[in-house]
Amino acid sequence: MTATAEPTTNEIGKARTRKEDARLITGRSRYTDAITPQGTLHIFVVRSPLAHAKITGIDKSAAESAPGVIGVYTAADLGVEAVGLPNAWPITPDQKSPQRPVLASSTVHFAGEGVAVVVARSAAHARDAADLVEVDYNPLEPVLDMEAAAADGATLVHPDLGTNQSATWVFDSAGAGTGGSVDDAISAAESDADSIVVRRRFRQQRLIPAFMEPRACVVDPTGEQMTIYSATQIPHILRTMTTVVLGVPESKLRVVAPDVGGGFGGKVGVLPEEMLCVVLAQKLRRPVKWTETRSESLLAAHHGRDQIQDITITAKKDGTVTGLDVKLLADMGAYLGLVGPGVPILGAFMFNAIYKIPAYKFTCTNVFTTKTLTDAYRGAGRPEATFAIERIMDELAVELGRDPMELREQNWIKHEEFPFTTVCGLTYDTGNYEQATQQAMELFDYAGLRREQEQRRASGDPVQLGIGISTFTEMCGLAPSRVLGSLSYGAGGWEAAGIRMLATGKVEVITGTSPHGQGLETAFSQIVADQLGVPFEDVEILHGDTQVAPKGLDTYGSRSLAVGGIALVKAAEKVVAKAKKIAAHLLEASEDDIEFSNGTFSVRGTDKGKAIQEIAFAAFMAHDYPEGMEPSLDSDAVYDPENFSFPHGTHLAAVEIDTETGRVELRKYVCVDDIGTVINPLIVEGQVHGGLAQGIAQALFEEANYDDQGTLVNGTFVDYTLPSAADLPSFDTRAVSTPSTSNPLGVKGVGEAGTIASTPAIVNGVIDALRHLGVAEVEMPCTSQRVWRAIQDAKGRSTQETPIDTHSPGAGLGSIDPNNPQGEVQ
Amino acid sequence: MIPSKFDYVKPASVADAVAALEQGGEDAKILAGGHSLIPVLRLRLAAPTLLVDLGGIAELRGIREDGDRVTIGAMTTYYDVLRDDLVKEHVTLLAQATETVADGQVRHRGTLGGSLAHADPAGDLGAVALALDAELTIAGPGGTRTVPASEFFEGLFTTVIGETEILTQISFPRYTGWGSHYEKFNRTAQAWSMCAVAAAIRVDGGTIAEARVGLTNMGATPIRARGVEQALVGQPATADAVRAAAEHATEGTAAPSDADAASDYREHLAKVLTGRAVMAAAG
Repeated sequence: MTATAEPTTNEIGKARTRKEDARLITGRSRYTDAITPQGTLHIFVVRSPLAHAKITGIDKSAAESAPGVIGVYTAADLGVEAVGLPNAWPITPDQKSPQRPVLASSTVHFAGEGVAVVVARSAAHARDAADLVEVDYNPLEPVLDMEAAAADGATLVHPDLGTNQSATWVFDSAGAGTGGSVDDAISAAESDADSIVVRRRFRQQRLIPAFMEPRACVVDPTGEQMTIYSATQIPHILRTMTTVVLGVPESKLRVVAPDVGGGFGGKVGVLPEEMLCVVLAQKLRRPVKWTETRSESLLAAHHGRDQIQDITITAKKDGTVTGLDVKLLADMGAYLGLVGPGVPILGAFMFNAIYKIPAYKFTCTNVFTTKTLTDAYRGAGRPEATFAIERIMDELAVELGRDPMELREQNWIKHEEFPFTTVCGLTYDTGNYEQATQQAMELFDYAGLRREQEQRRASGDPVQLGIGISTFTEMCGLAPSRVLGSLSYGAGGWEAAGIRMLATGKVEVITGTSPHGQGLETAFSQIVADQLGVPFEDVEILHGDTQVAPKGLDTYGSRSLAVGGIALVKAAEKVVAKAKKIAAHLLEASEDDIEFSNGTFSVRGTDKGKAIQEIAFAAFMAHDYPEGMEPSLDSDAVYDPENFSFPHGTHLAAVEIDTETGRVELRKYVCVDDIGTVINPLIVEGQVHGGLAQGIAQALFEEANYDDQGTLVNGTFVDYTLPSAADLPSFDTRAVSTPSTSNPLGVKGVGEAGTIASTPAIVNGVIDALRHLGVAEVEMPCTSQRVWRAIQDAKGRSTQETPIDTHSPGAGLGSIDPNNPQGEVQ
Repeated sequence: MIPSKFDYVKPASVADAVAALEQGGEDAKILAGGHSLIPVLRLRLAAPTLLVDLGGIAELRGIREDGDRVTIGAMTTYYDVLRDDLVKEHVTLLAQATETVADGQVRHRGTLGGSLAHADPAGDLGAVALALDAELTIAGPGGTRTVPASEFFEGLFTTVIGETEILTQISFPRYTGWGSHYEKFNRTAQAWSMCAVAAAIRVDGGTIAEARVGLTNMGATPIRARGVEQALVGQPATADAVRAAAEHATEGTAAPSDADAASDYREHLAKVLTGRAVMAAAG
C-alpha cells in the first residue's frame, strides 16, 4: 500500500486556515451543554446574594414539592460538609488555606457562593424551583478592601485562620545569590546626588476572564468508568483532583473535555459544581448536568488580576538602573483557587523583564476578602509584572528627562549578551530586543508621531496625542518540573504525546494538552506532517479525553506548543527510528545506510526506497520485520522542558485623547513580536490580535466592580464592557525570530504575548498624552470619566464625583439594577 | 438563562391584540422586537404570565407619506427605518440616530415602537421623537388616541400607554432641508448611550432660524433642551455662538449617576455634545 497523496514538506511556517474551524463555526461542534445522555437530571445552584453572612436556616419544602423536582440538597444532605476543593500551589509552608466547600454550610464568604442545589427533570424545572428555596441569612460585615483586610484589626473572612493574610512570599536577589541587595541600592541612591529613586503605586483592577462558552459539566455514572464531561482546560488534572477531593479511584474516572469555547485561564479550576455533579450522579445513579448562566459565570467563575503594586526603582542619573523593589498585595477573594496563590509568584520572575537590574526584591502578600476568588487569567502574574516595570520605566524616563525608548535600550540585555542569566536566576536563551524595536519604530513612524505630538501640544489642540511603549518579555512553556518543585507547585510541567501509525498510512496523534480554541489541531498536524513526511490531511489530532489521551497536564501558560509540541517531536523521532529499522530490513541494507527525507526511507546512493506509509503497512502485516523488535511504529513520549522560553516584543501605541470629554481613542497599534519559530503565521496573528484586544481591554474597558455591600455590579455583558472589533483599530503585527535554543523546534509560545504586552503600552500612551497637562496617573481602566477627572484635577478644578444612584452604566440593560430593579419594566 | 413560565399569543390584528391584553390583565406584556424584554425575562427581572407578540400584525409595519408628515408603523424595525428614503430625506435625524442603536443584529429585530414604548432613558429614539415633535398613536379598547411626544413619556420606563393599549404608529412632521446630527457618547461601540444629543437645525443665510434639540439619558425621560433651542435661534452658526447656547443644555435635566458617568460628568458631556451636535447639524 502506498500513500494516497504526495507527501508534503515544509508544513512549518505555512499559513494554513484552521482545520477545526469548519466544525467550530458551522454549528457542528460538540460543547458540553450539547451532551445529554438518556435520563439526565439537571441541577441549578442556589447562590448567596450576600457577600458575608451566617446561614441561619434553609427552607426547601416549597422547592421540593415543585413540578419536576427530584430533590433539593444542602452540603449536610449530601454529606460533603468536610469536602474541600483543592489548592495545588501552597506558596509557603505556612500558607493559610481555608476549606473551600462544595456548598457553604454555615457561613457564606462571597456573593454567588452556592448554598443548596436543586435537582430536577429539566433545567427549567430546576431553575423555577431554585426561586422557591428560602435561605435565611444573618449578615456579617463584608471585607472588600484588600489593604484594609491585610491590616491589624480587620474583620476576618475566616476567623479560624486568625488573619486575612494567606501567605507572604519573598524573593531577594541578595539572599538568592543572583544579585545585590535592594535595600543597599535604595539607601545608596538616596544618599547619592547622582542617583534617583522613583516610587509609584499601580493598581491592577479585578478582571473577569469572560470566555464565550459558559462553564458546564455532565457526569454520567452509568458505565464502569464514571464519565465527567466538562468545559474545562484541564481534563487530566480534573481527573486526578476528583480522586483527591472525593476519593473516587482514578481508574474509575474518565474525563472528557469536548469542544471547549475559550478559557483564558478561567477554565483552569476544579469547580464546586463539577464535584456536586459527581456526588449527585453517584447518589442518584443517573447522569447529572450543570450549565451555568452568563450571569452566574460573571459572578462565580474565578476572576483575575486584582493587585496593588508598590514599585521602587533606583537609577544613576545617567539612566543606569541600579535596583528594583516590588511590594504586592494580591486579592485572593474568599478562598484559594487551584493555582490562585501562585499567580503573583509567576510574575515574580518577570518584573526585571528585559533589563539588566543588579539588585531585585519581590514581596507579595496574598489577602482574603469576601469576593469571588481570583486565579489564572491570560498571562497570570506576567501581565501584572510587565505593566509595573513598563510603567515605571516611563516614570523614570520622565524623572530623568530622557526619551523612554532610549532609556530602555540603555538598560536592556543586548543581543550579543545572550544567553543571559537574570537577577532572578532565569537564563534567557535567545532574544534580540534591538531588532524587534527597530522594526517596530520604523513601522510606527515613531519620530513622525513625536513631531505631531509636539505640534498638538504647542497648538493646544483639544485632541492630544500620546505614544505608549512596551518592550516586554515573558516566560512561557510551563514548565521545567524541577523548577515547579522548587516553587512547591503541586504538579510537574511535562507533557505527553503519542503517535499511532495506522495500517493505511494515516496518522493518529495523541496530545496531553487540551486545546480550547487555539488552533492546535492545525498547528500540531503541521508539525507531525513535517516530522513524518506525511500529508497534512492524513494527520488527526486526538485530545481531551482521558480514554484517548490518558496522560497529560493540559493547556495553560502558553505551554501547548512549547512543551506539548516538543513531546510530539520526540514521539515522531521514535516512530522514525522504528520505521528506519524495518525499512533497512525490507530494503536489505544496513540501517546506517538508510536516509529519511520527505517521508521516504532510501538507501544512500541508490534509487531504492520505501515510503513511511509502506513501512507502516509492513509493520501492521508483520509478515516480515527484523528480529528483536515489536511489529509496531507507534510511539509515546513525555517531554519535560529544560528551560522556560522567553518570547519578547516591542509594542507601540498611538492614542488620541479628546480632552473635552476624556475619551481615549486608540489610533494606531504596532507590535513586532519575537516568538521564535512560527509554526503557522495565520494562527499566530490570530493569537496576537485576540491577546491585544484582551490586554487593551484591561487598559481601557474592563473592570469587575463591587459595591459597598460586596455585590458584583457587573452581572451581565451590558455592565462588564468587553470591547468588540468596532472599538479597536486594525493592528499592525509583525513577527521576527530568534529561535529558542532550549527546544528542537525553536518555538517560544504566543498565547499570552499580546495580553501581557499591550496593557502598559496603552496606559503609557494615555499618560504621555496628558503629562504636559499635569496628569501623572490614571487608574485602569482609563475610562473617559477617569481621564476627564484627571484632567480637571490637574487644572486645579477638583471635581466631586456624585454618588452612584444606579448600577448599570449608560443606563445599561434598560437602566435596571439586576439586584434592585426599579421602575416598571415594559 | 431560562425565563419564568408564560403563555404566548400572536394575534393577527390590533383589535385581537388589545383583546388579548384585556384578557391577560396586568400580568400581560407586549412583545415587539424583544431586544429589551427578552433579556429582562431571562434575568427574571420581570415574570409576565402572558406575552402578546405583535410580530404577526402586518398593519403595524411600514413607512408611508401621510400628508405633510411621515408615519411609521410601531413594529417597523430599526433597519427598515434607517434605510427608508422618506425617512432619510424628511426625518434625517431619526435615520441618523437609529443607525447608532446597538449593532446590526439588534437593528434587524428591534423596532421603533418597541423602543419608544419601553422608554429606557438610555434609548436613543426618545430624544429624537421629542425633539422632532412626533405624534404617537395608541390603540385601546375604546379606539385610538394620538398624543404628542412631549406628553408621551412619564418617567423611568413609563409612558402614557395604558395596560390594555398598544402603540401603533409614530408620525413625524417633515424637516426637509434641515441639517441634523445625533451625537452619541458610549462606553463601547455597541453600548447604550451614557449621554447623547439629537439636534436638527434650519439655517437661513448663515443664521439659525429654527432649532430642535433633545437629550438622551439626562433624566428619567428624554428631555427637550428648550433653553438651548431658544439661545440658538437668531444666532450665527459659529462655534462661539453654539458653544454659548450649549451652556443651557443642563437646564431641566436630572442626570443619573452610575459607574461610568456620575451626574456632574454627564452634565459636562451634555454641554460638549450639544455643541458638537449642533455644529455638525449646522453643517
